[in-house]
Amino acid sequence: MKKTISFITENFNKSSPDLVGGFQGFQRAINMEKEDIIQEIVLSGLKGRGGAKYPTGKKLMQSAEHHDKEKYIICNADEGEPGTFKDRELLLHDPYGVFEGMLIAAFAINASHGILYLREEYKYMIDDLKNALNHMRSLNLLGDRILKTELSFDISIFLGAGAYICGEETSLIESMEGKPGRPRIKPPYTLEKGLFSKPTLVNNVATFSTISAIIRNGYEEFIKYGTVESPGTKLISLCGNVNKPGAYEVPFGMTIREIIYDIGEGIRNGNSFKFAQIGGVSGPLVLPKHIDTPFSYEDLNEIGVPMGSGAIIVVDSDNDILDYLDAVQAFFKHESCGKCTPCREGNRQLLNILSRLREGKYSQEDTINIEKIAKTMKYASFCGLGQSAPAALLSAIEHCPQEIFKRRD
Amino acid sequence: MDELLITKIQDIIKKYGKDREYLIPILKKIQKLNRYNYIPQEVSQYLAKYMQLKESEVYEVISFYAEFSETPRGENIIKVCDSTVCRVNNNTETIKLLESLLSIKMGETTQDKNFSLEYSPCFGACDISPAMRINGKTYGNLDKKSLKEIIESYRR
Ligand SMILES: Cc1cc2nc3c(=O)[nH]c(=O)nc-3n(C[C@H](O)[C@H](O)[C@H](O)COP(=O)(O)O)c2cc1C
Ligand code: SF4
Ligand code: FES
Repeated sequence: MKKTISFITENFNKSSPDLVGGFQGFQRAINMEKEDIIQEIVLSGLKGRGGAKYPTGKKLMQSAEHHDKEKYIICNADEGEPGTFKDRELLLHDPYGVFEGMLIAAFAINASHGILYLREEYKYMIDDLKNALNHMRSLNLLGDRILKTELSFDISIFLGAGAYICGEETSLIESMEGKPGRPRIKPPYTLEKGLFSKPTLVNNVATFSTISAIIRNGYEEFIKYGTVESPGTKLISLCGNVNKPGAYEVPFGMTIREIIYDIGEGIRNGNSFKFAQIGGVSGPLVLPKHIDTPFSYEDLNEIGVPMGSGAIIVVDSDNDILDYLDAVQAFFKHESCGKCTPCREGNRQLLNILSRLREGKYSQEDTINIEKIAKTMKYASFCGLGQSAPAALLSAIEHCPQEIFKRRD
Repeated sequence: MDELLITKIQDIIKKYGKDREYLIPILKKIQKLNRYNYIPQEVSQYLAKYMQLKESEVYEVISFYAEFSETPRGENIIKVCDSTVCRVNNNTETIKLLESLLSIKMGETTQDKNFSLEYSPCFGACDISPAMRINGKTYGNLDKKSLKEIIESYRR
């Protein structure tokens, strides 16, 4: 049985807009009422694929309420969450699908400027992306009065400079304004005051791709897949110790076991499953007892796991949890923007304690402090980075303390 | 600073404009002018003056983003991913091999200034892990044989 789907990925590697159904989604959109376009997205149940799972239709609706002449749409391609490469695949294999989603959104909310915020690490794609945009310009799919509608809209590319925190939308905007990417206080929300204080809609790459696939095929086709509460499909990034890592489009509701063993063709060397981390490194560990959990917002929520970016990192029995947690915390220490104390200091302290735990030479105080620091970070950090940085560690302490506290003296 | 460098910097700024929003693309271009992949202090001071920004405004951007450096680095920058997926795919072996091939430790630059060896957070090549980047180009599924070949191809 074929388990992956080609709904969002339908046009992978069919690279020209004249060949690929000629921007059918956008063609359909410009013959619809704007409210109806947004309504279709609402009915599709699509939630933001960047990790915060905000309903996309609702966001479009709120964004449409702002009538400024200058209005920005930003496609967030900062994709920095370890284990995640779905946006990379979409931009490599169907950039037009991403740009078409931006166009549809621009038409629906009357935006004036589009920007693709591309992480520095994906710079190798920039020539192809620019060519795609030029091709669209030559077909009047960008520019003035696009296809004789009242929409005038163009898309430019802003290249990041290497900072995970810039994936957070207000940091991203700060960086586009020429500043260090430190998150802003909210409100005001970016929908109202974003880039250069103008209304700004920020969505993830995969959200835009999904918008174009939904409008092209009709939302009814999308919701044929998935579960009632998580309709449709999602592009996941499966990696770690699986035999066949890759980006796969799956319907919501498939179990984690099916994803690992049927799609990923199981674990290397026939090893056993130790744990997985879903949504990158910002979530708790998923243990063997949860392997039959369906991959859907509601089922993951039951076991306290956010879907995040949709990455699934699989770790086998050859690995040590403490070593893994060290990589997690080192990542967050490196990427903390330094704005608030719990995150800036917390990650550093946790790494210190982890290093003593790895040596098996730790004090009684360490065993108490580790949890104290982690919880302070979780509850007192300014933004999502610091709040989720200790999630993996806290879950490991709760579920497998015997692997964390192993005295060797 | 020599005249030629000043002209080059001015040309870059003219191409973008003096607004702060162009600082990051301008810094990218300016760092490229330097053979050793960094932005010398005198250059950032000059830039601040020319763009009418505070020195601290330029400096904090240089120090915030991983792409920029205030100190000289090797001509070829090797960034080895040390995030979780590469860690579980035995990147410690990759690191050991690189250190022995180049006779330097992580974080160091070779004596001839040809290579710098740096840790890097995940750059989205987890499906071909363990992975590294050299001057922005990604290499994956690294093993003893491929590592040796890749490094050889960058030797002067
Ligand atoms: C620390 C942090 C990092 C983030 N990184 C990304 C990212 O790389 N890509 C992304 O689309 N959203 C990222 N987000 C979420 C964005 O802030 C924002 O919610 C998202 O881009 C909105 O798009 P969506 O509604 O389509 O998901 C991040 C959030 C936080 C707190
Ligand atoms: S939680 Fe971390 S990344 Fe977020 S504002 Fe605080 S220091 Fe910066
Ligand atoms: S974890 Fe190494 S490239 Fe993603």
